Amino acid sequence: MDDAAKIAVDVRDVYKRYGDVTVLHQISLAIYDNEFFTLLGPSGCGKTTLLRMIAGFEDVSQGGIYLFGDEIKALPPHKRPVNTVFQNYALFPHMTVLENVGFGLEMKGRSRAEAAKRAGEMLELVQLSKFAKRKPAQLSGGQQQRVALARALAPSPKVLLLDEPLSALDLKLRKAMQIELKHIQRETGITFIFVTHDQEEALTMSDRIAVMSAGELQQLGAPRDIYEYPRNMFVANFIGDTNLFEVSVNKITNGRAQCHIGGGQELTTDAVDGVAVGSKVNLSVRPERMILSHQSSDGESLKGTVTENIFIGTDITTLVDLDGGPKITIRTSNTERGNKRLIEPGNPAFVTMEAGAARLLAD
Amino acid sequence: MSARTDVKTYSGFQFTTILCILILYAPLIVVTVYSFNASESITTWRGLSLRWYVDIFVGPESAKFQQAAINSFSIAIIAATLATAIATAAATAIVRGGKYRLRTPSLGLISLPIMVPEIVLAVATLIFFNFIGFARGYMTILVAHIAFCIPFAYLPIQARMQGIENTYEHAAMDLYATKAQAFRRILLPLMMPGIISGFLLAFIVSLDDFIITNFVKGAGIETLPTAIFGSVKQGLKPNIMAISTMLLGLSIVMVTISYFVSKSDNTK
Amino acid sequence: MAGGAVSGGSAASDTYAEARQWLLVPSWLVLGIFVLAPVCVMVIYSFLTKEFRGGVIWDPTLAAYDQFFFDRGLFGDGDPKLQWTYISIFWRSIWQAGLATILSLLIGFPTAYYIATRPSSTRTLWVFLITIPYWVNLLIRTVSMKFLLRDEGPLNGFLMNVGLINDPLHIINTNLAVQLGLFYSYLPFMVLPIYAAVERYNFTLSEAAADLYATKWTTLRRILLPAVKPGVIAGCILVFVPSLGAFLAPDLLGGAKNFMIGSLIEEQFKGNAGNWPFGAAASMILLSMVMIILLILSSQRRRAGVDQ
Repeated sequence: MDDAAKIAVDVRDVYKRYGDVTVLHQISLAIYDNEFFTLLGPSGCGKTTLLRMIAGFEDVSQGGIYLFGDEIKALPPHKRPVNTVFQNYALFPHMTVLENVGFGLEMKGRSRAEAAKRAGEMLELVQLSKFAKRKPAQLSGGQQQRVALARALAPSPKVLLLDEPLSALDLKLRKAMQIELKHIQRETGITFIFVTHDQEEALTMSDRIAVMSAGELQQLGAPRDIYEYPRNMFVANFIGDTNLFEVSVNKITNGRAQCHIGGGQELTTDAVDGVAVGSKVNLSVRPERMILSHQSSDGESLKGTVTENIFIGTDITTLVDLDGGPKITIRTSNTERGNKRLIEPGNPAFVTMEAGAARLLAD
Repeated sequence: MSARTDVKTYSGFQFTTILCILILYAPLIVVTVYSFNASESITTWRGLSLRWYVDIFVGPESAKFQQAAINSFSIAIIAATLATAIATAAATAIVRGGKYRLRTPSLGLISLPIMVPEIVLAVATLIFFNFIGFARGYMTILVAHIAFCIPFAYLPIQARMQGIENTYEHAAMDLYATKAQAFRRILLPLMMPGIISGFLLAFIVSLDDFIITNFVKGAGIETLPTAIFGSVKQGLKPNIMAISTMLLGLSIVMVTISYFVSKSDNTK
Repeated sequence: MAGGAVSGGSAASDTYAEARQWLLVPSWLVLGIFVLAPVCVMVIYSFLTKEFRGGVIWDPTLAAYDQFFFDRGLFGDGDPKLQWTYISIFWRSIWQAGLATILSLLIGFPTAYYIATRPSSTRTLWVFLITIPYWVNLLIRTVSMKFLLRDEGPLNGFLMNVGLINDPLHIINTNLAVQLGLFYSYLPFMVLPIYAAVERYNFTLSEAAADLYATKWTTLRRILLPAVKPGVIAGCILVFVPSLGAFLAPDLLGGAKNFMIGSLIEEQFKGNAGNWPFGAAASMILLSMVMIILLILSSQRRRAGVDQ
């Protein structure tokens, strides 16, 4: 075996069509063993469809899906060694918690006693041993969610699929469960494929994220990379807040592009593929990577006028009209140092960008 | 969705359903077809003809069937009307009358005719008429029908009434309507589809009834079902096929009417 | 009098509370006199002596029940021997009704399931298709079945024409004919409650079961059936009870050899050979059986409470 990480799930050139409508377009990605992998995107982007195709509930129109090297698209769901945590938990209402958790093992041929024993261990893992004899209806939402997790883990699947399992929980519980899920993944070493529309959740939990939109893969990478280096407009917009505006490229020297923002103001940033001199390109810069100042600094500073300061607790958001250019948002920490930099609305201000903060976008 | 990924579909279920529908419709279709049989005997087929339909209207047994039909329809209309009125009143009291001790027993009483096996009801009614000396005939049939039609009229009416929010009546009373006016001008019109359904159901139930009618009718009178039964007992004749087909057509008409009534319901 | 608290949903209220006594009078009157009272009188009659040409003599006795169960009478001379004639008729009726229920279940369950899993656009059409025959007079339907199944009837004719059989299948006047007749009479009562239950079923549970390695039939047995059990039980009751006391199907399709309770009771009130108290007693026994079944059912439902 080579020393590169093993690939748990390999999706190759997968398409999904319903009649004339193509819902997934040429999706190719590789998910590594023992990885917490997230499919992230807005409703309707196809992430759940892709997950269901891996689970076996949707047909693959074109392409292949491989589980540790074996092609699985021809297998019915009950023959695939993957298990799913469903969005609405789907706990069997007429069975006790213990029976629910042991169900997969029974189906695989273990005796009731063996299944019950293993189920007990799983319940310990999710700290619900006290509820073994209860029925699902007697449990709270958070408890049901953990039972669903225990049930899916009990048969020791190679890959665990989670379909927006936390979306029904309130904020505090959701954050606690995020930590617990991450912990369980590390402890069991099972590959987790997690589907969510909540970008903050994805950034918190994932080893790698696949950002999807309208049936296409937009960008695949570690959370930090996706956040700092968005590849296109969609990713820049979807992940976190950003300032997006159009610039025209004047000159490219040594991989650095000199761009005209408007009103004679310019800035320089890394060039990316596909950007030519004279073209108009979108530029993204995160609000927290810009610094407000009363005077111009050594590097490039842009000049503008402050229109509003908004206090949101941990930060202060400042809206600035750049002279001859776009309106931008700057975020400053609500600390002593940050507060010193604030400028009253109506007054002129200088904006400096941190190195590497401004990103040109491919489309 | 292929069979492989579809967790909902079971093989053989579609076949069973088709089989079921075939079994349900086969006898009816066969009877309809044979009602147009030109031949005398019902076993051999000799081409299309309307002779048996004609026979019902002018043949030797026509007088009997016509009288039976008149009895059946008149009883059905009267019984359904009265049953519907009584059921509407009862539903108003049960659904919109608040909580009181008599409420559950009233509901139980109304459900009684449906819970008791029909033959037991038939025997009991016959015995009762004998007990009070009520001579068997048209009136005994009518009275018995009114009684057992009430629950059939009641069910759609209650269902409909429960679906109407009482905010409409409260709004009317806020605008100076008395309770009687609120009932007549607001609740009643809104309930109409349920009342019509109830009436149709009671009508059909009365028209179709055999067992209770047979027990309480006495010797001198026939309704359509009892006349048909009597005739069948003497041997299956083709004119029975014709009557059956006509009644079948009537049922389909009633179902269609009731379907369109529920469709035209515009408060949903 | 009075505006009590509003109960349950928004439509339950007390708007017409003042008038409720008057509104209930007609139904109480009609049903009390023509349903409740008759049943009570029937109980009384079952304890009276029979009159020769039908009717009764007001002479209290246990003779009717006696005749039903025992050979020479509980109070006669010699030891009473349990007489099987009438009990066996009851037993056969229970048997027939049971078989008819099972037949309805075997065909009705897949049908109800299939219809409930159709797309919602066609679903109402399917329901319609199943229920339209029910709107046809039961007598007509039974007569049609009789016509179809006769030795010289179209079914045999068709099978012989096609060459599948040489002699006509003798179906009329057999148990099978009665089964088919009962099935035909009450099938929609089996289909509709199961249909309603399957429609409410959450199919994600089936997906979860498959995800956990259950085959489709195991899923049906361990997950779906427990979930739709109330509907199945309702359907069985709605077929069993009417089948028990049925008259038309056994009479028209079964003939003399397949006497059931309904025919037995009917015979007591026909012409001069009848025995009214005996008929009343038999009706009481039938009624008691039905009431017991319904009571067991409702107490089970109350015990199970809100399970899901």
